[in-house]
Amino acid sequence: MGKAWMFGENMNTDEIIPGRYNITIDPLELAKNVFCEVKPEYAANVKPGDIIVGGQNFGCGSSREHAPIAIKGSQAKCIIAPSFARIFFRNAINIGLPILECPEAVADITEGDDVDVDLATGQIFNRTNGHQYQASALPDFVLKIADAGGIVNFLKTHDIQELMS
Amino acid sequence: MGTLIEEIFARKAGRPVQAGEILLLDVDYIMSHDNTTPLAIKAFRDIGKPIHDKNRIVLHLDHAYPAPNVLAAENHKKIIEFVREQGLPHFYHQGVCHQVMLEEGFITPGAIVIGADSHSNTYGAMGAFGAGLGSTEIGVAWVTGKCWFKVPETIRIELTGKSQPGVYAKDVMIYIAGMLGMDGGTYRSVEFGGEYIDNLPMHERIIFPNMSTEIGAKCGLIAADDVTIDYLENQTPAKGPFEKIRPVNPRYERVIEIDVATLSPQVACHPDVDNAKPLEQVEGLEVHEVYIGTCTNARYEDIEIVARMLEGKRVNEFTRVIVTPASDRIYKKAMQNGLIEILLNAGCTVTGSGCGACIGRHGGILAAGERALTTMNRNFIGRMGSPLSEVYLASPATAAATALTGRITDPRTYLLLSGLSPERA
Repeated sequence: MGKAWMFGENMNTDEIIPGRYNITIDPLELAKNVFCEVKPEYAANVKPGDIIVGGQNFGCGSSREHAPIAIKGSQAKCIIAPSFARIFFRNAINIGLPILECPEAVADITEGDDVDVDLATGQIFNRTNGHQYQASALPDFVLKIADAGGIVNFLKTHDIQELMS
Repeated sequence: MGTLIEEIFARKAGRPVQAGEILLLDVDYIMSHDNTTPLAIKAFRDIGKPIHDKNRIVLHLDHAYPAPNVLAAENHKKIIEFVREQGLPHFYHQGVCHQVMLEEGFITPGAIVIGADSHSNTYGAMGAFGAGLGSTEIGVAWVTGKCWFKVPETIRIELTGKSQPGVYAKDVMIYIAGMLGMDGGTYRSVEFGGEYIDNLPMHERIIFPNMSTEIGAKCGLIAADDVTIDYLENQTPAKGPFEKIRPVNPRYERVIEIDVATLSPQVACHPDVDNAKPLEQVEGLEVHEVYIGTCTNARYEDIEIVARMLEGKRVNEFTRVIVTPASDRIYKKAMQNGLIEILLNAGCTVTGSGCGACIGRHGGILAAGERALTTMNRNFIGRMGSPLSEVYLASPATAAATALTGRITDPRTYLLLSGLSPERA
């Protein structure tokens, strides 16, 4: 169970972590400045298991993985948004940061709600108002990557062809 | 049979493919730069398997080059050590990665090129598939030579008519971004065509795939034709034969027709690229910096327009005007033809080639409360420095006119005053 942190539409990679901080790839270092301009109180107050709730086209902009890494480094459990920008979507899956597409949850959750997510089923529970939401299912090969904890871990023990088999 | 992206992917898959399918395809080239390579090296080391084919890897130093601080220097050092350790044959520090990829002939019709940079879409200008990915996938592709793709649906943008004097591809693309919005092309292939594109020279065509990124597109494509082949044969070392892959009985998700004759110069205003307005709505707004550079608009022809408009004049004394050629080759040609001297005489600062001020880490950072007008492709909050600064995007001609006055200025008057036919320029 974690606290919901709400973010707006078209949250871009510069807003997630401004380019000037991308001089390191250390997740904990990046996490110190994550969302520093759009939500300066986030980095100091986020707790492990908290949930990011974003607007549509979350993560648009640059291809930089620093953005999902900074969020993962902040120990947020997952991101829920109505839609994700294409590269951010791939990057998050590849580094093992769970992301869920669920417009209903985003419309109903408010800042600070207690939210729990079952990543295996895509079910989202709002403990504050008692509502439950169902995120759209991820394709099989995406689940294979996510289950392995990211594509790098997957490839340590599998051939790339096995993604499609 | 299919859209341009279906035709390109079908050739790699060795069978017809349709939007919605997921394919695991061989990639021709894998591009990354100083900002994204360190993470790719980390992924590569973590996987612990050898490189699949060294010839397919292309590395660049361009984002923060020469290094503006110790951490950037350490990144460069790490990359150079990796290139030497692995004996990688394609390593460059001679300009913005995308421009160098084009100049060095890596991008040919039908090629599949992935890059750890969102503007890898640029390669679509050659009728190639170019898409940006994160560093981890680049490290994965070094090892496997492959990448997974979902065949995207296609939005066709049919550009008809002839643009008015003083209106460039950049103005047309800013208008398209305003029309479709920042997520208007998400997960889609955006195919640009029509008589306007057919008649456009290569340096102008590149704007459309390059900025297809700003509307969220997976790729932006222009079918290869005689202009493409002419560019490849005369300006790059690429070896043919080249196939002019075209859409065949395509089924588009959506077709958008725009008559470019109706457009005037456009500006993408702070703080989003889809905040597009006709220039007259923001004319006169004070700017503190004019930046002419980047993978969008710092090619020879762009610099030539700016130089011709500034020739024999001085830029506004309180406006910093910075010109960063996209590549060393462009820089050299501009120098040989006297353009650099014209720019210096006009009061511009000309920097070495590369990404320059575009990423807000060097080469023209903005202070709080400052406003820049630039030929870049992106104007997110804080992009060029302080989160309290503003970035406006426009064509090189608009940038030159604005440099003279220190205020956002319609280029058409100055094009005429410079004795340049706005039409030719």
